Amino acid sequence: MRYVSLISLLLALCVMPAAAVIETYEFSDSALEKRYHQLSQELRCPKCQNQNIADSNAPIAQDLRRLLFEQLEAGASDEEILAYMVARYGEFVRYRPGFDRATAVLWFAPAILLLLAALTVFMVLRKRGGAAASLSAEEAQRLQTILDSGDKPS
Amino acid sequence: MAPRLKLFLPLVLFVLLALFLARGLKLDPKELPSALIDQPFPEFDLPELSGVGSITRADVVGAPALFNVWATWCISCRVEHPYLQTLADKGVPIYGINYKDDDAAAMQWLENLGDPYVANIVDRAGSLGLDLGVYGAPETYFVDAQGTVRYRHVGVIDERVWRTRLAAIYTELGGAAVTLPAAGGQP
Repeated sequence: MRYVSLISLLLALCVMPAAAVIETYEFSDSALEKRYHQLSQELRCPKCQNQNIADSNAPIAQDLRRLLFEQLEAGASDEEILAYMVARYGEFVRYRPGFDRATAVLWFAPAILLLLAALTVFMVLRKRGGAAASLSAEEAQRLQTILDSGDKPS
Repeated sequence: MAPRLKLFLPLVLFVLLALFLARGLKLDPKELPSALIDQPFPEFDLPELSGVGSITRADVVGAPALFNVWATWCISCRVEHPYLQTLADKGVPIYGINYKDDDAAAMQWLENLGDPYVANIVDRAGSLGLDLGVYGAPETYFVDAQGTVRYRHVGVIDERVWRTRLAAIYTELGGAAVTLPAAGGQP
């Protein structure tokens, strides 16, 4: 019971960072709000790299969030909004970039690496299996003798 | 022989990886390619800082020029200001884009530090900045006579970057070659 106050204090501390979330927008539709959160996670802040605009408090991220809100309320589709952002800030602003020649390596690299790994594992395993099977007839005979003799109590 | 060579495979892989990472160290991730390169300078209709009315895209295109995004809250802008003045004195036309700033503070700044700008576009809300893809000041756009953006420089313009990179780009725009005083000399 004496821990209750301590625990509630700790819980209150946990809430604080969440309360620091920047500004809030009143959406006319909860579907818009959902898309707002999704898009703001997916758009990268041009100033503070490695943060999305939802996480960043840089002025440019604030501007982009406001713009995103306005465009969503104006009825723009996700594609239109992304195209608008890319036209100004380049493919860089998307954490999920579109597929083109520059990003082909990004998209294909995981599959290629996986394929290479699988190929390596396959080769190594085949080699080991092959080594075991490649006893000459003479060696096999000797092995069998040893195994047989081991079974019998001498 | 072949199995021997195979022993070197890890070394080769290591060297390749090291070269790759060394290259990565040299790249500046802050230097983003502008999406606006070889695109027309965006349309705008904004007030002029001196208060003489509005300024539009048609007023500023027609000759090669630099568009410098600046603000009084931007410390690096103060650093590059004297060099912009030097360039302006040498005849490089520079337009200012006063980005998200206070008009009175901006006027005061120009009065105290000198005014290298042909004219200043007041972009209080950052709308032109948004169309340009500005993500921080200072940024400088190199625009040719047709009003096409040819280059974007992010960060301070000083004598070193002007000499090594920007002067050539400016000349390529069709701007008259700028003769600058010898390095170290006073203008």
